[in-house]
Amino acid sequence: MKRSAPIRELLQARADLFDEVRRFFRARGVLEVDTPLLSAAAGTDPALEPFVTRHCGAEGDRARYLQTSPEFHMKRLLAEGSGDIFQIAHAFRQGELGRRHNPEFILLEWYRIGYDHHRLMVEVAELVNRLLDRKLPVEKITYRSLFQRRFGWDPLETAAAEMARTAAKEGIAMGGSLDRDQWLDLLMGAVVQRELGRGALTFVHDYPASQASLARLHPQDFRLASRFELYLEGVELANGFHELTDAAEQLARFEADNRKRRQRGQQPLPVDRRLIEALERGLPDCSGVALGLDRLLMLKLEAGALAEVLTFPYAVA
Amino acid sequence: MATYSTNEFRGGLKLLLDGDPCVIIENEFVKPGKGQAFNRVKLRNLKTGRVLEKTFKSGESVEAADVVERDLQYLYTDGEYWYFMDPETFEQYQADANAMGEAVKWIKDQDVCNVTLWNGQPIAVEAPNFVVLEITDTDPGLKGDTSGGGGKPATLETGAVVRVPLFVQIGEKIKVDTRSGEYVSRVKD
Repeated sequence: MKRSAPIRELLQARADLFDEVRRFFRARGVLEVDTPLLSAAAGTDPALEPFVTRHCGAEGDRARYLQTSPEFHMKRLLAEGSGDIFQIAHAFRQGELGRRHNPEFILLEWYRIGYDHHRLMVEVAELVNRLLDRKLPVEKITYRSLFQRRFGWDPLETAAAEMARTAAKEGIAMGGSLDRDQWLDLLMGAVVQRELGRGALTFVHDYPASQASLARLHPQDFRLASRFELYLEGVELANGFHELTDAAEQLARFEADNRKRRQRGQQPLPVDRRLIEALERGLPDCSGVALGLDRLLMLKLEAGALAEVLTFPYAVA
Repeated sequence: MATYSTNEFRGGLKLLLDGDPCVIIENEFVKPGKGQAFNRVKLRNLKTGRVLEKTFKSGESVEAADVVERDLQYLYTDGEYWYFMDPETFEQYQADANAMGEAVKWIKDQDVCNVTLWNGQPIAVEAPNFVVLEITDTDPGLKGDTSGGGGKPATLETGAVVRVPLFVQIGEKIKVDTRSGEYVSRVKD
C-alpha cells in the first residue's frame, strides 16, 4: 500500500489537521457536536446512494442507513436551538471509489446562524488557508459565467444537444444520452473542474435551481440556488448552502428526488420526516458547508491520490 | 451474455465496444459531489491496437469480451493463414495477416508467441521480445561506406530488414529486439 508519508508522519499530519480545525472553531464560539452515523432515513438525492443495513431488535427488523453526510442530524440540532455547530464526521457513499473518492471518508461540516452563503465563503477561505498554512487568494465566479466563459453558452438556457456537441468537442465520447443536468455534471467533472483553483481558492456559486440540493433559491432569481462549491488545484473541496428552511419546499424536493430515482431505476428512499418536522418547528436562517478533510490533507501533503492519506483505504480496510 | 458494471472496471478488463474487443487501460471515476457519477475509461481496441476514450454513466453495464491470452507455438504458414498450436492441448489455431501484424516479420517455426484469442479466434499475435535469425543477405564490403550511422541493411531469413554493424556477414545469426526492430548482438552457435 502506497502512503504519502511514513505512517507516524501521516498520522501526525491527520491529528494536527483535526487539532487546527478544533482551535479555529473554538476561538469563534462554534461548538463541536457528535451525531449518529446510523439513522432511519438517508438523503433522497439521486446522486448519492447510501449504505443500507438492518437492525434486528425487539421491535422487529428495521432498515438503517449510514449517513451520506451529517446534515440532517445537525439541522435537527439547529432547529432545537443548538446555535453554531461543527462536526468532524465519517460519511459513507455507495460506489464512490477512485483517485479522489473513497466510499467512507471524513467530512468537516459546520453551520453558521445568520450567515448567507457569501459570508460563509469568507470563513471557508480563512479556515482552508489556516489549515494549509497558506495565503491563497480567493476567487469567486458564478456557475453561469463559468460555463459562459469556458464554452460560450448559458447553462440555464442551453439545450442538451448543444451540451452534447460541446462534450464531443472536448473529446468526451459518451455512449448514451443524458439530461441537461447530467451533461452539466459531466462537463463540470471532466473538463471545467480540473482548471479551477490553480493557485487560488476558487468559489463557484449560484448554481442552477435544478441543482439546488438543500439550498434555498436565489431571492432575486428563482432560476438560481444559493449554493457554492470550493475548488483548489482542480479538486472539489467543499459544498455549501444558504440553507433551505421551508419545510413544505423541502418535502417537495425529497418527493421530486424519489420520482427521479424511480425514473432512473433507482430505489426510492424513505423521506426523513423528523427533519421535515424540525423545519416545521423552525430552522434558524443559516448557512452550512461540508468540506472533505481527506481531500484537504491530500492537497496539503501533495499526495497523488486520496488513498495515500487514509489510514486504511477501501482496498485494504 | 456476461456483462461488467462500471463498478467492476479496472485495468486489464476486456469489454465489447461497438462490436470490437477492447481492454481497459485506465479507469477514472468522475463525480461532482452532488451530481451524476461517470467513469471515463481509456481502452485499447484489441483488433486495431488503437487507443480510445469512452465515458459511461456509473452503474451502467457493458458487455464483456471473451478474450484470453495464450502462449502458442508457431507451426507454418500457407501464405493466407499462419498456424499455431497450443503445446498443452495440441489444439490448432489459424491467424490471418491482420492478427499477425508485425509479428510476421520476426517469427519462424517452433517460436512460441503470445496470442490473443477472441471467441477462440486469434486477433493479435506478439512475437517473442527477442529472436535469433540468420542473415541471408547483406553487403559484404567491410570497408563499405559508413554513411547511414555506421551500419548497413541486412535481410534476415524471415524477410525482415534490420540495420547491422559493418562486420556482420551473410550466414551469421543475430539477436534482434522485435519491439524496436533493432539489432542487439551477434549469436555464435
